[in-house]
Amino acid sequence: MYTTDMYTGVHAETITMKGANGDEINAYLARPLGKGKFPAMVLAHHMPGWDEWYMEATFKFSNHGFITITPNLYFRSGHGTPEDVAAKVRADGGISDDQAVGDLEGAMKYVRGLDNSNGKVGIFGTCSGGRHAYLAACRAKGFDAIIDCWGGNVVMEKTNPKMPVSPHEYTKDLSCPILGLFGEEDSSPTPEQVKIHEEELKKHGKNYEFHMYPNAGHGFFYYHRPAYRPDQTVDGWKKIFTFLEKHLG
Amino acid sequence: MCTMITQSVKIDGSGKHNNEWIKLEQANVSFDHPFHAPYEHTLNIDFVNESQRVAVELSESAARDLVQTILEVLNQAEAEGHVEKQSV
Repeated sequence: MYTTDMYTGVHAETITMKGANGDEINAYLARPLGKGKFPAMVLAHHMPGWDEWYMEATFKFSNHGFITITPNLYFRSGHGTPEDVAAKVRADGGISDDQAVGDLEGAMKYVRGLDNSNGKVGIFGTCSGGRHAYLAACRAKGFDAIIDCWGGNVVMEKTNPKMPVSPHEYTKDLSCPILGLFGEEDSSPTPEQVKIHEEELKKHGKNYEFHMYPNAGHGFFYYHRPAYRPDQTVDGWKKIFTFLEKHLG
Repeated sequence: MCTMITQSVKIDGSGKHNNEWIKLEQANVSFDHPFHAPYEHTLNIDFVNESQRVAVELSESAARDLVQTILEVLNQAEAEGHVEKQSV
């Protein structure tokens, strides 16, 4: 817990890293300053792109003592404002699951290789990023904890060439504890889909902790959107840092 | 992409972008999260060319009303003989 007599500092910048297929992509990296080894976090950004909210979230995790990296999963779609790039990705039907998993795995290896890493790496994502984080935690070995915030399409009824497997079908391969935060008014994922996912985790004996918030829908952390729910957000962040302290500390 | 519901159509026309008129070549139509409109999902139309975008995000009912209105205006224009004249 931070007290006012403590030294605190974060160094944040854009860097390049190796992603899927060895491609160089850019990423936002925030590192706590000061002595000691730190756990690390990989953030999977949401459908609206590699945007300001994710830069702020990167800083927030770092300010709480985590080396944090957010790769630009839309790097290959060109550059422009985050909205314009995300609109281009949307028109293309999204990015492929293989590419997202490769980029997130590359980010995990990058932060684990830093001198002041304690070797533990978690992953966090919201919206499509929650889905990508879950895929990465199942398919790429090496994550020590995952936080899925309202990841849509983790339970899919219809797949497509870019998203060929419903992520919940990879549940048997999940190798770390999972914290899930959801809103009961969400339409993607619906509470029913969250229940299906939870049953799958239970079936395979996974370490999971799911919370379904009342009076909250999709994206209730986003303070710049009407869906923002301050009470649920405060409680959600508290649960996130308690979970990470337990599994990455 | 949370819904993945998207389609594109080639178009021919112009749009105003940063106070300048630009040529528009394609419309990308989706029903997904908006960037600005105060809803969880909206009917989004990105009118684009190679490098520029003119975007609208409409509520589901507004989008249906707009489609209906466009068709009514086009039908009236056709009935009054303007469509043929315009295309000459």
